Amino acid sequence: MGILKTLFKRFLSVILDILPLLCVIFIFQTFVIQKPFPDLEQTLLGIGLVILGLFLFIMGLENALFPLGERIANQFAQKGNVFWLLLFGFTLGFSTTIAEPALTIIASKAGQLAADSGAIQANDSTILFFVYGLRLTVALAVGIAIAIGVLRIIKGWALPWFILMGYGLIILATFFAPQQIIGIAYDSGGITTSTITVPLVAALGIGLAVSIKGRNPIVDGFGLIALASLTPILFVMIYGMFVLGVA
Amino acid sequence: MMPQENGLFEVLQASFKSTLVDILPILLVLIFFQVIILRKNIPHLKQILLGLVLVVVGLAIFIMGLEKCVFPIGTSMADQLTDPLFLSNGDEKTVRAFLSAVRVDPSLYTWTYIFAFMIGFSTTLAEPALIAVSIKAREISTGAISEWGLRIAVAFGVAFGVTLGAYRIIMGTPLYLYIAFGYLFLVVQTVFAPKAIIPLAFDSGGVTTSTVTVPVLAALGIGLASNVPGRSPILDGFGLIAFASLFPIIAVLAYAMIGQWLGKRYQKSI
Repeated sequence: MGILKTLFKRFLSVILDILPLLCVIFIFQTFVIQKPFPDLEQTLLGIGLVILGLFLFIMGLENALFPLGERIANQFAQKGNVFWLLLFGFTLGFSTTIAEPALTIIASKAGQLAADSGAIQANDSTILFFVYGLRLTVALAVGIAIAIGVLRIIKGWALPWFILMGYGLIILATFFAPQQIIGIAYDSGGITTSTITVPLVAALGIGLAVSIKGRNPIVDGFGLIALASLTPILFVMIYGMFVLGVA
Repeated sequence: MMPQENGLFEVLQASFKSTLVDILPILLVLIFFQVIILRKNIPHLKQILLGLVLVVVGLAIFIMGLEKCVFPIGTSMADQLTDPLFLSNGDEKTVRAFLSAVRVDPSLYTWTYIFAFMIGFSTTLAEPALIAVSIKAREISTGAISEWGLRIAVAFGVAFGVTLGAYRIIMGTPLYLYIAFGYLFLVVQTVFAPKAIIPLAFDSGGVTTSTVTVPVLAALGIGLASNVPGRSPILDGFGLIAFASLFPIIAVLAYAMIGQWLGKRYQKSI
């Protein structure tokens, strides 16, 4: 009975998560556009799938991604080897970002844009080099961010200093970075952390903060994702300065 | 048009593939470090494996559902709302005057702003990564940070950011002016905000733009940039995502600052 009740409650909460989105779409279609739904059957099927998918995902979240991140953090903390932990953080950040589909799309768009504007030569190999360079830069940025973030949790350094320094550098770099790269740089900060990586990385940080004596999970455990969305902006602008020249 | 003639099976296959690409590097890294470095068994391995299957299948089905109902309607809405014919209520003469105007009147786009605000707000509430982070925040704060409180603060931030971003595309002002000012504001706010909330606030900025929000925002940005006279989709379409990850941080910090201020006032009154 207990399990069924929990499942039912979770199912209701998923419907509540989706409801605002459905309302917005329904209201605009009916009152503003004033046209019937193009394919009502498909739309209803889609709504059902969205609810089912989110329900399964959240179950998996609590059964796999959260415990996995916390246990690995715990095992590393017991082992007590900082180097391996930093390498783990770097590899996790780097490998999830280099394969990220959203980054692949943005990077190839950026390559086309740079070639069109005459910033780089418009032949295939130059564009390809630029695109791969961009993806590598973002992946390195995320890997380094997670490694620094893990070190910060171990040492108990305060996050605001990192944030202030990071954004200070970003504002400074914005003045020197070539115009064409700025929009791409700022967007790349937002797209690098995917739906599967976020829960795992969050659980990793909190798991570490719980396992290490004297750390507070709220103050020290969060912040890995923050750093991972900050460094790509800076790194991409620096990449732009190197490849396209200083503005 | 969205690929409506595509069968259910093809769509499912595509979304499975992208989810697997997402999880494969994570699995490889985890297995490598578990086997080579840690050399320990993971407790409750069966439960975790089952959970991972749920994550992959759930996310694939979720994305497939979005592609069936949310993305096509979001795209056609973004397109229709910014259509010159819609803006001028179907009056031909106004359309011609509109298209030849050097500078568009930003007040014509009232419906676009309302749509941008509401779609930014509602897609953020449906974002799985944000749900995950707010569950964790509630758990470790033992309820002091409420799941819905955090998510609604973030959603307001995204909604405001997207609306401002739409206004920027319509006006054509350079992106870096807004961004530099926004970050400057954020830096000042960071100095004064309660220290305990800062890591969570900056984390929530990074998680808001993900599975649900990015495709809808991209459609809105491109729809606007290609329909507003004098804008180019490549140059002006960028930037909505940047706005949508900057303003949630400001919103969560503001939420915590207001809470702290109210708390202090309450303490003074007793």
